[in-house]
Amino acid sequence: MTTMRIASGLGLLLGLGLAAGQVQALEGDAERGQQAAGACVACHQADGMGMNNPGGQSWPRLAGLPAAYIAKQLHDIKEGRRESATMMPFANMLDDQQIADVAVYYAEMESWPALPTAYRAADPQDAAEWLAERGDWAQDTMVPACSQCHGPNGQGVGATFPPLAGQHPGYIVSQLEAWRDGTRHNDPNQLMAGIAKRLDEAQIAMIADYYATLPARIAEQEAGAQEEDGQ
Amino acid sequence: MSLRTSHLLMAGTLASALGLSLAAHAQENATERDYQLPLPEAPEGKVTFQPPHERDLPDNQYGEMVRKGRDLFVNTQALRGEYVFNDQNCSNCHLDAGRLANSAPMWASFGVYPAYRGKNDKVNTMAERIQGCFTYSMNGKPPEYGSEPLVAMQTYLHWMSTGAPINESLPGRGYPKLEATEQGADRARGAEVYAAQCAVCHGEQGQGQKVGERQVFPPLWGDGAYNWGAGMHRVNTAANFIKANMPLGKPYSLSDQQAWDVAAFINSHDRPQDPRRRTMESLDATDETFHNHQGFYGDEIDGHRLGDHDNFGDNPRPLDG
Repeated sequence: MTTMRIASGLGLLLGLGLAAGQVQALEGDAERGQQAAGACVACHQADGMGMNNPGGQSWPRLAGLPAAYIAKQLHDIKEGRRESATMMPFANMLDDQQIADVAVYYAEMESWPALPTAYRAADPQDAAEWLAERGDWAQDTMVPACSQCHGPNGQGVGATFPPLAGQHPGYIVSQLEAWRDGTRHNDPNQLMAGIAKRLDEAQIAMIADYYATLPARIAEQEAGAQEEDGQ
Repeated sequence: MSLRTSHLLMAGTLASALGLSLAAHAQENATERDYQLPLPEAPEGKVTFQPPHERDLPDNQYGEMVRKGRDLFVNTQALRGEYVFNDQNCSNCHLDAGRLANSAPMWASFGVYPAYRGKNDKVNTMAERIQGCFTYSMNGKPPEYGSEPLVAMQTYLHWMSTGAPINESLPGRGYPKLEATEQGADRARGAEVYAAQCAVCHGEQGQGQKVGERQVFPPLWGDGAYNWGAGMHRVNTAANFIKANMPLGKPYSLSDQQAWDVAAFINSHDRPQDPRRRTMESLDATDETFHNHQGFYGDEIDGHRLGDHDNFGDNPRPLDG
């Protein structure tokens, strides 16, 4: 009996593993992806940059997200691990191959802004930068710095930890809220859900704005530094 | 009172103040020393100490030195190739830049040194203790006394300990000690825990993950990891750390059994040689002298004897002086 239970449990695990494996095994094609992405353009825009809609639902930037990340999200939306009334009908229109194709299409559309990786001390007077780079470890909070998983300047790590810098603030807020209320529960080991629940509203608003505006602020700083060098 | 008696009395006071049975223990085992004897555990009780905030750092030379120390603590890779020869930063094992209780916080450590350490069988100053971290955890070379990196780190620790009592073990010090489980620590079970809970960040092969040159998730074995002399290679130390601090942002989410098992799995992989191996005739001698503790050094795993190599990682000369 025990063996059988273990075996069936294993089968379940293997099944999940295979499903994920198959998704990865399907090779996407950007040209086919463009064909399949016809319905995506209305919100995510022809350039894949999405749109921030203050007061309404914001549409995430997809251009330059890792293909494996996009594909996983589409599968998760289809299968209810990431609840989205808006996206569900569109995700359901795509079969596994089309998901792989669309994912590659958006991933290759434009690269995500590459930001500096060099260490820079966080300014203790800047609450948003402090949360992003140092976290909020007060007792019972235990919130790691965003950069500890999303990488230096929130530019993403691998296909699992998506870039935050340059994403629309309305979208970042909505996702953190989705983790808080449990409608999004597709993060590995609930790593994000637990942290989202320990953030307060003010921190969520602050961090969304911080990352949305970070690439522009860095570009400004770099331009300023070059000007100084030139003099 | 003879000088000797007063020394003994002082030692006794120190020992009781720290709640140590260490001195007595060391004497009992005079012939069979455990070079890894840890300092006493932190007392039970609520963590009350709060280190000062960086926004209150003064704008003077002291404040500047604190900032330099802070930078080296969270970005120890700045010393790569000089004093650091693996991919680690201090803040990997001392979370929140050394401020977090139960993550071996610096404010609880600073005041207990100088202290006797079984590891090298002598009284160590804070500076020597930090140097030890460079030799083992960073697979590196200790910064010289009076050198800026060492002064900066000591100053950072000193500032963080503002208002902390001297010579008193505080709640939150070190990592909370896990009791042994009936099943013991099993690397096969640990492999499953690792795959499910750790690999997403630290990689299937424990290699960690980088963005550009920046190490985001530290390697746990292999050349980029802590070496065979580091405290973290001990299964109990790693289990204690993991239980209270890992996965990041999910403290105390693993069962005690899972923490023990995954610590055994991680630490049963090869890593840079113990630097003390250079002073010993053989792996056996190194094992017998320095590894009387819960670890896999010298053990045969999957047909390979761990530590049976002369790979010191990137360290060109792993023994100082």
